[in-house]
Order: sequence, then C-alpha cells, then structure tokens
Amino acid sequence: MARKVIAPCGFHCIKINNLSVTVGKQAILEDVNLHIHCGTFTAVIGHNGAGKSTLIKAILGEVPSEGDIEFKLKKDGASLDLKIGYVPQHLAIDKDTPMSVQDMIISYGFKYPVFLPVSKKLREKVLEILAPLNAEDLIDKTIGTLSGGELQRVLLSLALMDAPNLLLLDEPVSGVDAGGVEKFYKLIDELKMHHDLAIILVSHDLEYVRKYADKVVLLDKTVLLADTPGVVFRSKEFENMFGTKEESDV
Amino acid sequence: MFSEAFSFDFFVRALLAVAMICPLLSVLGTMVVQKKMSFFSDALGHSAFTGVAIGVLLGVTNLNFAMIVFAIVFATLLNALMRNNSAITDTVISVFSSFCIAIGLAVLSFGGSFSKYSSLLVGDVLSITKDELWTVLIVAVVVVAFWCIFINGLAASSLNRSLAKSKGLYVDMLELIFSILVAVVVMVAVRWIGILLINALMILPSASSRNISENMKEYHGYAVVFALVSGILGLFVSYFVGIAAGPSIVIFASVIFFVTYILSKKGAK
Repeated sequence: MARKVIAPCGFHCIKINNLSVTVGKQAILEDVNLHIHCGTFTAVIGHNGAGKSTLIKAILGEVPSEGDIEFKLKKDGASLDLKIGYVPQHLAIDKDTPMSVQDMIISYGFKYPVFLPVSKKLREKVLEILAPLNAEDLIDKTIGTLSGGELQRVLLSLALMDAPNLLLLDEPVSGVDAGGVEKFYKLIDELKMHHDLAIILVSHDLEYVRKYADKVVLLDKTVLLADTPGVVFRSKEFENMFGTKEESDV
Repeated sequence: MFSEAFSFDFFVRALLAVAMICPLLSVLGTMVVQKKMSFFSDALGHSAFTGVAIGVLLGVTNLNFAMIVFAIVFATLLNALMRNNSAITDTVISVFSSFCIAIGLAVLSFGGSFSKYSSLLVGDVLSITKDELWTVLIVAVVVVAFWCIFINGLAASSLNRSLAKSKGLYVDMLELIFSILVAVVVMVAVRWIGILLINALMILPSASSRNISENMKEYHGYAVVFALVSGILGLFVSYFVGIAAGPSIVIFASVIFFVTYILSKKGAK
C-alpha cells in the first residue's frame, strides 16, 4: 500500500444537504447546508451546545439524521463513495494503558491479532502509515506517555491511512500547549496542500481559525454564516455570538 | 510427596483444569480491565445463583444449562444498560446484581435447603470430571479463536468508540459478543472457582500485568503467565495444606499484584 502524497485536484466536492438531527423532541441541528471542496480547510465555530460535535457525529453516521451527504465529481456530477478520516477529541487512555503506537495502528487498521508478535512486513506497513506525519520514531512508545502533539500526529496518521476524501477533526487541540496549537494548525495547512482531501475542523481557537482556515462556518443549530474568515469575523452574527467584532482595519 | 499427588486422578484433572481455566479467565480479563468492566464481570459471577435458582424453579435437570442461558440474558441486558446510561452505570449494575443475588438466594433457601448449593460460593476444582474437562477445553478453543478475530476491534473501541466506528468496526456487536463470552466462561468456571473469587481470578493477572507492560504482547503474555503460576502454585498449596483451591490461587495472584505494583513504582522513578 503505497502512501500517495498528491496535491488536491479541486474537482471533488462534498455537499451536505438539509441535515437535521433531533433527539427526543429537541432539535439539535436544523437544516444544515454546507458545500465543501477538496483542498480546503473549513473550520466550524460556535458556542458550547451549538451542535458542533453533533454535526461531526451526524457526518460520521453515528447519530441518526435526516438529509443527505453527497460526494461528487464536479465535472460530470458522478457520485462517489465518501471516505472519512476522523480525529477524535480525546482517547480513553491512562499512563498505564498497555498499548504501543504500533498496537494502536494495528488494532484500528489491520486484522492481524494485536497480541501476537509482529512480522517485519507488518511493522514496515505501520511505519509507512506513520511516515507522512514524521511519526516513525514513536512506533514503540506507549500511547499513555505520548505528549499532546505526538498523540495528534499518531491520530492524524491513523485518520489518513485509508486515503480519505474528508478529514474530520473534533476539537483536537484540547490538551496541547500553546506552541503545540500553532504547530498543529501548520500541520493541517500542510496536509491540505499535499493530500487530495477536504478538511472540517471543529474548533474553539478563534485566533488560529482566522489565520489558517479557508472558510469559517458559524454554527448555532443551523449554519448562521459560512464564508471566509475575514467576512465571518466581522459579521453581526459573529458579534452576537462571541460579543466582540474585529475592526475592519485589523 | 509430589509424586503421590500425581498418582491421584482427581488431582491431575484439577491441575489440567486450573492450567486451562486460569489463563482463559486472564485473557478475557485483559479487556475487562482495559474497558473498565470489572464491576460488570463481578455482577455476572454473582448472577450464577439466580441462574441456578431459575433452573430449580423451572425444574430443569441440567443446572449448568440454566446458568449459561441466564448469564447470556443477563449479559445482554447489562450491556444494553451500560450503553444507554454511561453516567449511572455503576449504580445500575450494582442494583441489578444485588436484586439477582437476592432472588437467587431467596429461591435456593426456600425450605432451608441452601446448604445444597453453598459449594457454589467457594467452588471445588478437585471435583472436576473427565467430561467437564473436555467442556473446558472446548470453551478454551472457542475463546482463543474468538480472541484472534475480535481482539483488535475490542482494543480499538476501548480507546475511542467513534474512531473505531469510523474505521468500519461494528463496535456495538463486538461488545455484545464479548459480554456474552465473558458470561459463558464465568458460568462454566464458577463451579470450580466459586462465585466469591471468580472475578478476582479474571482481574488480578491482568491488573498485575498492566503494572509492568508497555504493549499488548506483554500485557497478554504476563497476564497468562501470572494466571498459570498462581493457579498451579495455588492448587499445590491447597492440596498439601488442606485449604480450598480458589482462595489459595487468589492469594498467590494477589501477591503477584503487590510485587508488580512495587516494581512499577520503582520503574516510574
């Protein structure tokens, strides 16, 4: 399985049409419409309880939802299967969780029983998966001992291993120190340029979103506004939600 | 002295049983501990009483069958409860398990006949028959086969269910199958190990192994070795000192836990 590192073609698009999620009688998401192109980095922002995590779960198909998600070739409109790479917010690990990075990759991505000795060939495959994020040296580390940034790189390797069309990141910056956050956004920026995929990130970090995202989606039950960071951060809707507005000369 | 013990068929049978049951429980225990389900397996062990009681009430002659069927129903129910109410799981399981024990004890003690079933509490591995030994072997083969197929999914879902689902793993089904497997193994083994101590045998080797393991290979390897060593030493001591095998085995398993715990603290410095 060769790791393809290719520039985005810009010819694919993902359309989320009229997506709604209702739990009991309460509508968590209503009529969400989004249009995303490969090679773009879309950040979803909104206050707590705005439905950001639910949106991720709905896209993953984990919560029942109405509406549909299309993945199409822009040229002729042919529908394709959407492959999603997901990076969760956190893992349930302690310092003593007896799993190495290699164990983790094997459990998620391979059939070979994870408790048996690993062949050279399989180890090579795991190294190949870690290579795009320069995480090869972490292969034998116990996952509980990884730093926040190291864990991010491993989780991203895992998300990218099946060459997904859409990379979904759920607030993955929590637990990473300030320098790490900047590094993380730079990494996303690089991924965007070297892989043929679209990126959706649920984020709290307005400062970095402004700096790195191509498109910002302001979410509160539904899409209030979806535009470039410059437009969204100066909008009335943004001010209503976060209580501040960027001055136009900043 | 040792050769004398081996001249008794019942001792050899017990030794074979312990050499299979202890590692088997410890393998299942690795994921019970990893998924923080020890409360669940404890409740399962206690539900053995209820299984026997229901069997007696229905007039089923094969009580093992009644126990296993009940355990599967119990495991399925608990599994559903755990999935829906993650916040109150401990309390719910505790209430559920107390209720089952009480029902079981109430039925079995009716007319003062409880002493007939009290052997279930501590178990008696020396009583295992040849046919039962075969049953244990079959269960062991099934568990190992299951483990090779499903361990990756179980390990993956223990870290993050959503991530596991996004990789196409059938997490809910995996967890149900795992719960049922634990239920069946606990019910098969409980007669020889005893209700009071079966959970200890499942948890202790894995807990000890976690103290010193850094990956899944070590985790499984040490857990099986610890289970085997405490099982065999425990059986010999129980035979020569004249105490029940279950407690004797658990004492050795506990000592191993304390030793590995101290070792891990040293290693951390």
